[in-house]
Amino acid sequence: MIEFTMPALGADMDEGMLNEWMVKPGDTVTRGQIVAVVETTKAAVEIECWHDGVVRELLVPVGQTAVGTPLATLLEPGEQPGPSLPKDQPVAADTLPAAPTSAPAPHPTPLAAPIGHRLWVSPVARRAAASLGVDLKTLSGTGPQGAVTLHDVEHAAATAHHEKPKPPPPHQQPVSAESKSAAEKARERGTAMRVSIAAAMSRSKREIPHYYLADEIILDTALNWLTEQNAGRSITERILPAVLQLKAVGLAARKFPEFNGFWRDEGFAPASGQHVGVAISLRGGGLVAPAIHDVSEKTLTELMADLTDLVARARAGSLRSSEMSDPTITLTNLGDKGVDSVFGVIYPPQVAIVGFGKPAQRVVVVDGGIRVATTVHASLAADHRASDGARGALFLAEINRLLQQPRDL
Amino acid sequence: MKTNYRSAVHDAIADAMRADERVVLLGEDVGRYGGTYAVSKGMLEEFGPERIRDTPISELGFVGIGVGAALNGLRPIVEVMTVNFSLLALDQIVNTASAMRHMSNGQFSVPVVIRMATGAGRQLAAQHSHSLENWYAHIPGITVLAPATVADAYGMLRTAMADPDPVVIFEHVGLYNLSADVEELVPTDISTAAVRRTGADVTLIAYGGCIPKALDAAERLAAAGIDCEVIDLRVLRPLDDATIMASVRKTHRVVVVDEAWQTGSLAAEVSARIVEQAFYELDAPIARVCTVEVPIPYAKHLEQAALPQPEKIVAAVHGLFGDDPR
Repeated sequence: MIEFTMPALGADMDEGMLNEWMVKPGDTVTRGQIVAVVETTKAAVEIECWHDGVVRELLVPVGQTAVGTPLATLLEPGEQPGPSLPKDQPVAADTLPAAPTSAPAPHPTPLAAPIGHRLWVSPVARRAAASLGVDLKTLSGTGPQGAVTLHDVEHAAATAHHEKPKPPPPHQQPVSAESKSAAEKARERGTAMRVSIAAAMSRSKREIPHYYLADEIILDTALNWLTEQNAGRSITERILPAVLQLKAVGLAARKFPEFNGFWRDEGFAPASGQHVGVAISLRGGGLVAPAIHDVSEKTLTELMADLTDLVARARAGSLRSSEMSDPTITLTNLGDKGVDSVFGVIYPPQVAIVGFGKPAQRVVVVDGGIRVATTVHASLAADHRASDGARGALFLAEINRLLQQPRDL
Repeated sequence: MKTNYRSAVHDAIADAMRADERVVLLGEDVGRYGGTYAVSKGMLEEFGPERIRDTPISELGFVGIGVGAALNGLRPIVEVMTVNFSLLALDQIVNTASAMRHMSNGQFSVPVVIRMATGAGRQLAAQHSHSLENWYAHIPGITVLAPATVADAYGMLRTAMADPDPVVIFEHVGLYNLSADVEELVPTDISTAAVRRTGADVTLIAYGGCIPKALDAAERLAAAGIDCEVIDLRVLRPLDDATIMASVRKTHRVVVVDEAWQTGSLAAEVSARIVEQAFYELDAPIARVCTVEVPIPYAKHLEQAALPQPEKIVAAVHGLFGDDPR
């Protein structure tokens, strides 16, 4: 059996509320399939499952918050379900509340832990629970689709009579997602996002000894080449200069692995792929930096498509869990906002962030002569625990070199 | 007294004709042939051709004659061979008979009784096996009956004859040979549903030809320890909500059995009323057992497979208790 755990969605993602299950027990899931949607402070994140298997049990109900906890159990392909599922025998329900004479069916003991699926309660059971003072969250249902039935409530009430009343389990109050308007949710998400950005950035500046390097990169070769390339493409297929920068960062990160990975308690761990987080500002304020996977392996055309898709989904508030959890290095580009340079703050546990400012015509000296060229200011903010300035300089120089040879990108 | 459903309908018509000379019977083959389902055998001899009228094969015409005769003071009983043929007379029933009291500001009433055979199970194929009771139950201004017992076959027809407004009676083809021991055939009410079997765990709601199937399923479920209450709707318009809700309040679980196709069925109407009036009494989703949504097959095994059967009802009930019978 496989325990499917909610992935950590980033350093600033302390919690998420399960919004929707896209699978149910008995469904077959394949690697990479989207199985649930979790509402985080930044977006409604589609949670992918990275196992093949059959869903056995959903452990977290909709409306409950969870991070890093098991979400569901899966049966591996070919595995048989064990006998441990609490499945009651069919009992002809005795509908009289005061009927202790009914045969004691083998009932599961009340669960203090979250119930194995969204809590379904029949209407009459819900009513009875209110009048009998039964906490529905402690019950496990025996009815259709695992719903809590009248019989379950009455049995619990009868059992509770014989037991000392226990303090209620410390349940988190589930936030009722349905009862809020979309505008309210957006506003709350905006506030919550500021809180989580504050937490992550404070942690970054508190823990990470940043060093900063900058370079001015001449873009004429790259832009001329791009103009040629785009001449043969339709408007929608045209490649933006930002994609060249993205690819250059991915390739440089592959060559200089100490800028591509995570600093954790035990030290620096380089990542195996170059998943570049792209900082995307959101229209309502705040930002996200979801990953484009395997940047060094992809063609410019693929990266353009990925970037377009990612920006659209980020702004629509619909991202995938792997995009939130996987970035190994971040790229921020504030050129379209008109600034010359940007010096980034590293998103922990990453160890580097590359920044690009506005490409503009500037006076430069080339081969002893004064020329006007289109340049961009590139910067690197890196974690001094993981790398030193000399390597950082080479890393930034590699980005410059790559942008002078756009054919190789 | 041992009698059967066919004889009970016959006796109800004959007794009505003896009691009131305004009563006439019209329809295809009701006279010389004795009725397609042999309900009116011998009546031509007893009551004569003035009162037992063989009509041409024209439902629009002879149902219209029945409506006109009722408007002019007779108490006609119109027999339509099967429900599918009544579609040809829909204009007379839906547009004329049902609306006349309303449109004449109460000056005219249409005391006509229209009987027709309904349902499948006798290999009459796609064109003669419908259950279209719900089409008529949709229409204000008519009363729609579905007698499912020998006593009701007699009793509801007698009471319908006394009704000043149009009554449509559905006789399920599978019930004509149903026999029962009856003390005495008497008029029965045409306003309430009946509890055919009392039970505590689940309510089976059915009508007409599905009543014997529901009772059969209830017997089988009793052996499995599930105590079913079986409600016979009897009156399909207006529905007797009180009897239904009283049972739901007792059992908290409902399976509606309806030989019609599920989409837009009476089963849907009953389910909606339960959700509207007794939602907080429900302990499980309402289940429906209806006919598979295909034209009724001719081949016997396919026809039986398409229709509600005791096995399907039993499975639906088990589903309400969280068992997966599959």
